Amino acid sequence: MEHSSRAERVLRGVLITAILVFFLFPILWIFLMSFQTNEEVLRIPPSLFFKPTLINYASLITGKLQTAAGSLDLAFMLNLWNSVLLSTLSVALSLLLGVPAAYAFARFKFRGSEDIAFTLLSFRFAPPLLVLLPLSLYFQDIGLNDTYVGLIWVYQLIALPLILWIVRGYFEDISPDIEYAYRIAGHSWLQTFLRIAVPLARPGIAAAGLLAFIFCWNNFVFALILASADKQPVTVGALAFVTASGIQYGQIAAAIVLSITPTLALALYAQRYLVEGLSLGAVKG
Amino acid sequence: MTSIAAPVRRRKILLLPYLLSLPALLVCIGILIPFVTAVYYSMLRYRLNLPYLKGFIWFGNYKEFLTDSEFWNTVRVSLEYTALTVGSELLLGLVIALLLQKQSRFNNMASILLLLPLMTAPALASLMWKLMTNPNFGVLSYLVQLMGVHNFQWASSPNSALFTVVLVDVWVYTPFIMILLLAGLRSLPTQPFEAAALDGVPRRFVFFRITLPMLTPYIITAALFRLLDAIQQFDIIYPMTQGGPGDTLLVFQVRAYLEFYQYTNVGKSAALLMILWAITYALSNVFIKQWLKLRERARGLA
Repeated sequence: MEHSSRAERVLRGVLITAILVFFLFPILWIFLMSFQTNEEVLRIPPSLFFKPTLINYASLITGKLQTAAGSLDLAFMLNLWNSVLLSTLSVALSLLLGVPAAYAFARFKFRGSEDIAFTLLSFRFAPPLLVLLPLSLYFQDIGLNDTYVGLIWVYQLIALPLILWIVRGYFEDISPDIEYAYRIAGHSWLQTFLRIAVPLARPGIAAAGLLAFIFCWNNFVFALILASADKQPVTVGALAFVTASGIQYGQIAAAIVLSITPTLALALYAQRYLVEGLSLGAVKG
Repeated sequence: MTSIAAPVRRRKILLLPYLLSLPALLVCIGILIPFVTAVYYSMLRYRLNLPYLKGFIWFGNYKEFLTDSEFWNTVRVSLEYTALTVGSELLLGLVIALLLQKQSRFNNMASILLLLPLMTAPALASLMWKLMTNPNFGVLSYLVQLMGVHNFQWASSPNSALFTVVLVDVWVYTPFIMILLLAGLRSLPTQPFEAAALDGVPRRFVFFRITLPMLTPYIITAALFRLLDAIQQFDIIYPMTQGGPGDTLLVFQVRAYLEFYQYTNVGKSAALLMILWAITYALSNVFIKQWLKLRERARGLA
């Protein structure tokens, strides 16, 4: 591997540069576009040099869009808030349900344990619409349609399998001997779980939670079917926003930037755990 | 896997794991109910706009598919989309993983930055590409014109729509393959490579006879993961083109969605999704076997 010639090093450099440009340019371009006025966006040829303006962000945040035809109301900040609310609460609930279950699957062999674990895993791979379309009819009947509660419950489909399988791996890696010792010292099962097992598995729990948050945030189809305008997260809201704002391209770009920044920032923060999370615990990074 | 139950309180402890996993179990059941409903719907003649025609027709919806050219178009488009995306992503992902294999500050940085597209919501990614390919000001439309190709209409022409959505899919998901293969490459034992280097084995031989075979479990797992997602594609195609132009991009889930909401044909939509489910179920069984093998291996290394 060591005898790399000069031509090869140059080829490598060119390839890596091309790859980085392909994967990073779209994000950079949207970012730049979000600081341009509409006239600058429409200018041909496109230019990397322009006087940055915050007008797009200002109109998104104030919710008022000034156009030639008058003032237009924007609900985009509500979408952003919905995304924060839905993702945070879904992950919190999922941790509450998933961590004890993961512990049970890791520590006890009981009848049906593997069946439940694998059924949950298989949800990750089933077509979401298969369940969502009948569910939307049921939700209309029982009044859960277009409610945060209904959405958070359905979001468990994304978060729970992820948390269950990653955290289970972490619990299995911890030797149970420490827990035996603590139990023999006279502590209850619950104390052992809360004071020994959970703190030891904390990196895994944190990683699973962060990833589940990213996946909930990025989900599109659940809310498309189960939520109307005032409950929609950014993924669905941005689509409606494009239709509503027509040619206000600068605002669309700013909306996209605001929508992808949280997940990109979290991903950079949690990148150490991404490999493990993305492979549901099968590959360690 | 050993129980930490103290024998004295055995009975109480035996209940404990069930209590702990009960909420997860309830979520399972909560999801299985609409699933069973979907199975039932798929055997109904059921249109929301014609409720009086509702009736049980066994496998009528499925039988109709056999002679339905629209259905076969959906199968063809879905398979084409899956083959094209997974094929290109595997190839490109492998190349990138090999380029970044050596641990260095630059390579690690690059591999982290390359993850950003994967962390972008696919629905938003497709809006980004829609802006980039906008005929009026899109930077890609401009570049294509500079290269002398005029009238290239990206997602709005039936000739290039598939190409465009495949491109977006490649942009979003290649990093997924890359990161799994990179982790795989870096976890390979070094001895075979050192021995090959000592013996002066040609690098092509090393790649095809040592690297590739050792990497195969990772490649298979990554490919199956992507296959399972790609056959169910919705998040990119729907925001980009709603399945159009015409029927060029009506993959399974997009067609089922339109069948439900546009034509309010609940029965047909459910039958379509059942067929997709059967495909993914078969694939996921193969996948879970591979995934478990890899999981055992990772935990052995840990």
